[in-house]
Amino acid sequence: MIEVEGLTKYYGNYHALKGVTFSVAKGEILGFLGPNGAGKTTTMRILTCFFPATSGKARVAGFDVFEEPLEVRKRIGYVPENVPLYKDITVEDYLEFAAGIKGVGRRDVKNAVTKVMDECVLTDVAYKFIGELSKGYRQRVGLAQALVNDPEVLILDEPTIGLDPRQIIEIRKLIRNLAGRRTIILSTHILPEVSMTCQRVVIINEGKVIAVDTPQNLTAKVQGASRFLVKIDGPSQDVMKELRAINGVERVTRRDEYGNNGVGEYVVEAIKDRDIKRNIAPVIVNKGWALLELRPQEMSLEDIFVKLVTKE
Amino acid sequence: MRNFYLIFKKELKSYFASPIAYVVITMFLILTGYFFYNSFALFSTISFQATVNPMLAKQVGLLNLTESVVRPLFGNISVILLLMVPLLTMRLFSEEKKSGTIELLLTYPVTDMQVLLGKFLSCMAVFAIMIVLTALYPVLLIVFGQPETGPILTGYIGLFFVGASFVSLGIFASSLTENQIIAATVAFGLLLLFWMISFSASLAGQTFGDILSYISITTHFEGFAKGVVDTEDIVYYLLFITLFLFLTLRILESKKWRG
Repeated sequence: MIEVEGLTKYYGNYHALKGVTFSVAKGEILGFLGPNGAGKTTTMRILTCFFPATSGKARVAGFDVFEEPLEVRKRIGYVPENVPLYKDITVEDYLEFAAGIKGVGRRDVKNAVTKVMDECVLTDVAYKFIGELSKGYRQRVGLAQALVNDPEVLILDEPTIGLDPRQIIEIRKLIRNLAGRRTIILSTHILPEVSMTCQRVVIINEGKVIAVDTPQNLTAKVQGASRFLVKIDGPSQDVMKELRAINGVERVTRRDEYGNNGVGEYVVEAIKDRDIKRNIAPVIVNKGWALLELRPQEMSLEDIFVKLVTKE
Repeated sequence: MRNFYLIFKKELKSYFASPIAYVVITMFLILTGYFFYNSFALFSTISFQATVNPMLAKQVGLLNLTESVVRPLFGNISVILLLMVPLLTMRLFSEEKKSGTIELLLTYPVTDMQVLLGKFLSCMAVFAIMIVLTALYPVLLIVFGQPETGPILTGYIGLFFVGASFVSLGIFASSLTENQIIAATVAFGLLLLFWMISFSASLAGQTFGDILSYISITTHFEGFAKGVVDTEDIVYYLLFITLFLFLTLRILESKKWRG
């Protein structure tokens, strides 16, 4: 549905994109992840035909963004970062304007607007001026204008930025509900967002793609071995010795947050591809120590991200 | 065509949803009304005195409504327009650039031309409302006197062309910057320059002087105020409007190749 090949973009002398290549299949939600200034917004602006790339090709829904920008624009819904909207116009008027200009038939405009206001829970504020709305509502108006012509492709630039936690959950729910029929690209620098909403992640840094995969695969790839956090009430020296003695354990380290009063937290790392889940608890119980906590420690996307970005 | 109409309608709504249009129209009417009152009152006082004082009548010479009220009125209106039109045009592109809405607008399936014409004509609509409201003054003249209707009509035709020229230059200035004050200042400055450039015609040489007085907006309006519709003047205004709309279009397009 979206194919991007070797995109580069210069802003004057500044090299913002250095050959970005990826593709998105129909019906997929792709997370576009990267620190601020990595080139996320630039890529999105090229895809939405706001400005062309310096070199490289991009096709959206089968149309080249440079050759046939009007055809591409008819098929996308775009919510730019910070959702710029006209303030001196009512929600309904604005959505009717957006619907008309995006090619919804004259007779269907009313229906399309009613439907999209229903979908984005905007019916209550239909006659309010956009300038009077709170950030959460404005974000939903932004989403509504993108959806009003029922586009095949949705491009969302940081859709949850500046929202409170409850609104973030609402917007994410809304985005997940939109998936299926539509192809969605969503940029963010908030990692849990990606693991919660996206099927695939493109990680971009300093204008280059550094990883493309599912959130799960990325975790597995970078992490390598499994790790467990164990909290034990017992003499530190002996505990370490016993843990190291378990078959399959590579390394044991103590996280000294509790001082030396008996309780300690230990990180147990397994040798690659070895399963030590079942072996830890019996050893400790046999020694008569109190096992206070035992949980697997998965690498979060944050860790992966930092690891990938610093590896460069 | 539909896109153009939608943008036109939206812009017109914006004008009247914010206080801009009301304030500009009100100030415009107060100023033009004041000038009209002055010249009309002066005319009636002099006429009254002339009826009782034949010497004075000889001194002031030809005394008629068209020469003493209608012509100065159109002159005054065009000067006040010079002050007011930049205030109408300054927001058209600058505001969209500043608030970022231009990014959404230009990623909708519209051409730059449709956007530009929609904005241009919505501003012309506000301008037309301003001008139509001044029709009260000639109506008063017709009620209380017998002015010639010809020069009044041509005067309005002239105002229309002058206004459209101002608007096109104003939009151009607005497309250059995201700061509305800069847009208004540039528009006002350039308009004033086009207005007064003929002043230096007498200082320049023969050919250069002719050129200077030809490119001045004032020179071409004088005919209309007198009741003369010259195709040369119409061509001048059409060229002026086309030039600045064309330049604006280039500015909009420049985002494609500017880094």
